[in-house]
Amino acid sequence: MDFAFSEDQELLRAAAKQFLADRYPIDKVVAIADSQTGNDPATWEQIVDLGWLEPDLGLLDLAVIAEESAYALLPAPWFSTVGLAWPVLDDDLRQAISAGDRSATLAWAESGGPATIAAAANQSATHAAGDTLTGTKVTVPDLGNVTDVVVIASDGLYVVDLTTNPDVVVSRSTIDRTRRLGELHLSATPARRLDAGLDALAEVRRRALALLACEATGVSQRALDLAAAYTKERQQFGRIIGTYQGVSHRVANTFVATQLNRSLAYWAAWAVSANDAEAELAVAAAKSQAGDGSVFACEQAIQAHGGIGFTWEHPLHRFYKRAQWISGFEGNGRAHRATIAESLLGPAA
Amino acid sequence: MDFNDTPEEAKFRAELRRWLIDNLPDDWTTRPPGGYRWDEHEARTWSKKLYDAGYVGLTWPKEYGGGGAPHTLQGIFLEETGRIAAPSHIGGIGLGMAGPTIIAWGSEDQKKRYLAPLLSGEQVWCQGFSEPGSGSDMGAAKTRAVLDGDEWVVNGQKVWSSWAHIADWCILVVRTDPDAEKHRGLSFLLVDMHSPGVEVRPLRQITGDPEFNEVFFTDVRVPRESMLGQPGEGWNVAMTTLLHERGTLGFALTAGLEQALTRLVQFAKLPGPDGSRPADDPVVRDQIAQLYIDLQGLRFTNYRSLTALQKTGVPGPEGSMAKLHWSEANQRLTSLAQSLNGLAAQLDGEGGVWDGFWVYQQLRSRGNTIEAGTSEILRNIIAERVVGLPKSR
Repeated sequence: MDFAFSEDQELLRAAAKQFLADRYPIDKVVAIADSQTGNDPATWEQIVDLGWLEPDLGLLDLAVIAEESAYALLPAPWFSTVGLAWPVLDDDLRQAISAGDRSATLAWAESGGPATIAAAANQSATHAAGDTLTGTKVTVPDLGNVTDVVVIASDGLYVVDLTTNPDVVVSRSTIDRTRRLGELHLSATPARRLDAGLDALAEVRRRALALLACEATGVSQRALDLAAAYTKERQQFGRIIGTYQGVSHRVANTFVATQLNRSLAYWAAWAVSANDAEAELAVAAAKSQAGDGSVFACEQAIQAHGGIGFTWEHPLHRFYKRAQWISGFEGNGRAHRATIAESLLGPAA
Repeated sequence: MDFNDTPEEAKFRAELRRWLIDNLPDDWTTRPPGGYRWDEHEARTWSKKLYDAGYVGLTWPKEYGGGGAPHTLQGIFLEETGRIAAPSHIGGIGLGMAGPTIIAWGSEDQKKRYLAPLLSGEQVWCQGFSEPGSGSDMGAAKTRAVLDGDEWVVNGQKVWSSWAHIADWCILVVRTDPDAEKHRGLSFLLVDMHSPGVEVRPLRQITGDPEFNEVFFTDVRVPRESMLGQPGEGWNVAMTTLLHERGTLGFALTAGLEQALTRLVQFAKLPGPDGSRPADDPVVRDQIAQLYIDLQGLRFTNYRSLTALQKTGVPGPEGSMAKLHWSEANQRLTSLAQSLNGLAAQLDGEGGVWDGFWVYQQLRSRGNTIEAGTSEILRNIIAERVVGLPKSR
């Protein structure tokens, strides 16, 4: 039993922390988030230089990057590319991504149709005809900021080149401005069928859930750090507010939520990477805790900040909105607890 | 990162499983969960068996009768004995509190004298920290010890002392200097419970059981050398004790919670008072799944803490939350179980659900957030010592 990252992974973490602290302080993140696209193309080149798009990165390496990049709320389509699209891409696209020339995302949800990757794997109404696709996908992450989108269609997986078909993208206003959602309107749009089939989506889903649980850990940790820093300084009634137990116990609860989140996220990442027998349960537990726990952590932090925590000017709401993004992805906590209940109790009568 | 056992760990686990099956009563795993508790004789016999098989004091130094093994083996021991609901060693206070404190602060003579009989269960220890007027605020302890020749003369009262009714020895926090600032006036004595002037009275709890005791000391004479640390160092010595109480507890708590959840799952599949199965109720399903998440969160937090302990010799900060999280999860679990029983949740004996098993578990769980540091104190500790907020007092 060894529950620690390797030395290389710790070096990767240290480098990520350093890079993000130096290059992406929260002011800069906010400036990018509030720009028209919510993305700065220069970021992608830096990510390439850091090696975050290398093909030989394992899931535990990605877990480290996911946690740290969410702590900084780095605006870049890294998760969409590596966490969603990567496992089903062909070698040419992977090489182009590693070189920094391309980026990708995954489109699964349909209005009134499947809302999750799991459902889209067998309920997609988007259909192929020859070398084209027709259908509408909603809530596609980072759609406006990638070059390629993998589309889950009724008979398989296809990739659409957005650089040659820019008109299929419809931007939508999204509360998490660092990971926006868009709509994909395909109407006999040229598409290329991928070798990977619909059965590859189970693995895509697991990896994405494990990585988002790690992201949630970073978000919770940031909320905790912000709450701690503020309640150590702010005074009311002539006392530092962190000395009031009504305040400090909220901070303590945030610490507990963050630790549970982290323990379960690392478990899930390991279980998926090792194809452990408990991987499905680990992912469900981690996602439930990650979504609920990171939302809770941000809410506690907002309350501990008082009025300033409720302002647009303060960065806390940015993390809160990412937590809600994570919470909504692939079903909320309740949905994942239903999976766990099924495993423990069998089907309900 | 690898959560699988190493070959050494796997071998230890397999041998332990075999040993438990061979040494527990034949019908152990098929007995109904309620209505069975071991008496003192059975508990002592079991403790000796564990000791003879080398399972007691696994991580303690070999020269004092321990196993000198890594902490992971102790973790596996607690996991496996918890899963099969094996009874604990009778010397829980000795193993978890008195022993580690003696190892840290004791003289060579004291270690030689106290540790081996503690491990074998031959001598049982109890704890005298809390007083009627000082629970969480241990620094306000009033029990006095005055030096008279070569002996300390102890007068005062302690409370919430488990096992005191069968204990041979007591780790006792006393005030030796009434003029010193409150924490600095304390000292830490090792007291023979068979001394004249020691009186133990059982204290009945809301469960109806007398699990804890009040202990009265009237002119109890204690040899001068039966002290850990110097006079006035009692607070620091006691902090070592509490660190161990809270630090090594996580695995035992997780094992207990896992066992309780297994029983709840089993219970929820049975028909309830109206004939329907709780396992078919979506709200109950959601709550049970959440308890599973609470359990796994605790389990993997322990693993992280243990890994930090193995690598650095110090448990990580995440360990400080184990007892806090466990106690609240256990309360939710037992209250959920009781909520499934309607008015039958009142019946605590024959005719009751599982012979009153859940009644007892639920009532007992209310002590979990009070004993060994209230949840309020634990949150203070997390806020102040882990997160670094200024002290609240």
